[in-house]
Amino acid sequence: MTAVVSASKLSLTFKTKDGPVEALSDVNLEIERGEFVSFIGPSGCGKTTFLRVLADLETPTAGIVSINGETPANARSDRAYGYVFQAPALLPWRNVADNIALPLEIMGYTKAEQQKRVKRTLDLVNLTGFEKKFPYQLSGGMQQRASIARALAFDADILLMDEPFGALDEIVRDHLNEQLLKLWEDTRKTICFVTHSIPEAVYLSTKIVVMSPRPGRVTDIIESPLPKQRPLEIRDTPEFLKIAHRVREGLRAGHSYEEDA
Amino acid sequence: MSAADISAPRGAAGMRAFLAGLWRGSALPVIIVVLAILSFWYVMAVQMNAPWQVKLNERAGETVSAFAFIEQTWNQTKPVLPTPHQIVAEIWEATIATDFSSRRSLAYHAWVTLSATLLGFVFGTALGVGLAIIIIHNDASNRSLMPWIIASQTVPILAIAPMVVVGLGAVGVTGMVPKALISMYLSFFPVVVGMVKGLRSPEALQLDLMHTYYARPGQVFTLLRWPSAVPYLFASMRVGIAISLIGAVVGELSNAAGGGLGVRLLTGSYNGQTIQIWAALLLAAALAAVLVYLVELSERLVNTMMGVRP
Repeated sequence: MTAVVSASKLSLTFKTKDGPVEALSDVNLEIERGEFVSFIGPSGCGKTTFLRVLADLETPTAGIVSINGETPANARSDRAYGYVFQAPALLPWRNVADNIALPLEIMGYTKAEQQKRVKRTLDLVNLTGFEKKFPYQLSGGMQQRASIARALAFDADILLMDEPFGALDEIVRDHLNEQLLKLWEDTRKTICFVTHSIPEAVYLSTKIVVMSPRPGRVTDIIESPLPKQRPLEIRDTPEFLKIAHRVREGLRAGHSYEEDA
Repeated sequence: MSAADISAPRGAAGMRAFLAGLWRGSALPVIIVVLAILSFWYVMAVQMNAPWQVKLNERAGETVSAFAFIEQTWNQTKPVLPTPHQIVAEIWEATIATDFSSRRSLAYHAWVTLSATLLGFVFGTALGVGLAIIIIHNDASNRSLMPWIIASQTVPILAIAPMVVVGLGAVGVTGMVPKALISMYLSFFPVVVGMVKGLRSPEALQLDLMHTYYARPGQVFTLLRWPSAVPYLFASMRVGIAISLIGAVVGELSNAAGGGLGVRLLTGSYNGQTIQIWAALLLAAALAAVLVYLVELSERLVNTMMGVRP
């Protein structure tokens, strides 16, 4: 197995009016192909920043990061990843099919190929039949599913997801988590998933990266022993609760530093 | 439902339903306001035209009843304030009843103004959009162009217009183009301001999204910035088309030979033809209203195509 994502001694400091803010400090991480990795931690722990560094949306101030053995800039020009943002960010003047075709249009796919891929990805996220709807006609959950379809459309091996379900209610969220697991199994992609929620992280991941703030750093990396097949009920099993407990401990350890300060 | 069904309600029942619809809709307040303005207008006409009518009647040695006197003030040939029915009669006389090819035809003059307005509006919109594109893509041009653009609008157009018309006339450019340039000079401004804001309106998230797709700047423009700016463009064009008309009329004041509503205003004031002035004035206003309405109509059409929430 080769590392799809590897970061070593990665640091990023933002210059702000109130002085420098250390968003990431000495982050070391390896992600293998086909893994589902969750990044969890309180606000300001740098989990989103880390994802943005991978996506070449931020430039690290120190350290090395590589995606498929390349720099993030090259990975971006190779269209190596699909990014799902916190908000769906669908273009309101395009219907669902045209929104999903947006990256395909930019990347120069033929019209026929665009149609084929739109149809296939809509099927993957269970939105078949909604091609002609405009974003405002969809619920929040459906909008986010459309944005996931958009990230899947051009067959990037890596899916970077920044709290994609953060704004949705618990029931919709459970449902989408189940669908996401199925999608991950069907497509064999490597997924980096940022979340606030412990159950979500444990339920979805093969690897959980626990982070703590000020400066943003990795406090614990947990390899999940849970099986690939995960019905929602798995969340009541002792194994699941044990991992959740360890995540919680990790988060608490990260926080104690704040109380000392 | 076909168009015929809407335009021709069947029989008396249909008519009653149509009137009831008017009543429930916005028609009633509109009618009340129009009636109020008309009554005020007629009252003012009596008051403003009375001194001259008294003089006329004294000269003629006539004594008339109050009702007859009021009627006289409403029907003078060169009143201080013409009455609405005089203006309507004049508009009818000068448009429908006069041959279009005649120089006395108000419709002909309106067409002269309209063509200059439309050409100037197209020029102005194109210039405004072009400048906005340059400005948003280059910070230096933002800082160097914007002060000039704003300064251009502080110069009174009445001072600029004769210079443009006379100057271009000296090099052989006459007719519609000089007037269109003055229209452009006025109408490009709201378009620049609106489009700079519109082209910068995409959210950081949407720009990040395009960045992750490795989209070229040209693609970011056509796929994101331009569609985001469309509502701003229409808002600007609504202002632009109205001031385009003003520009054309002001341009005409400097070239009486070229014709147009501006010339009618000018000759009307030279000859004390107040009815002619008011007719040209009202026609210009009606023209502006129609043009703004047409811009709104095209906006609604584009909105439907772009899936704007109804």
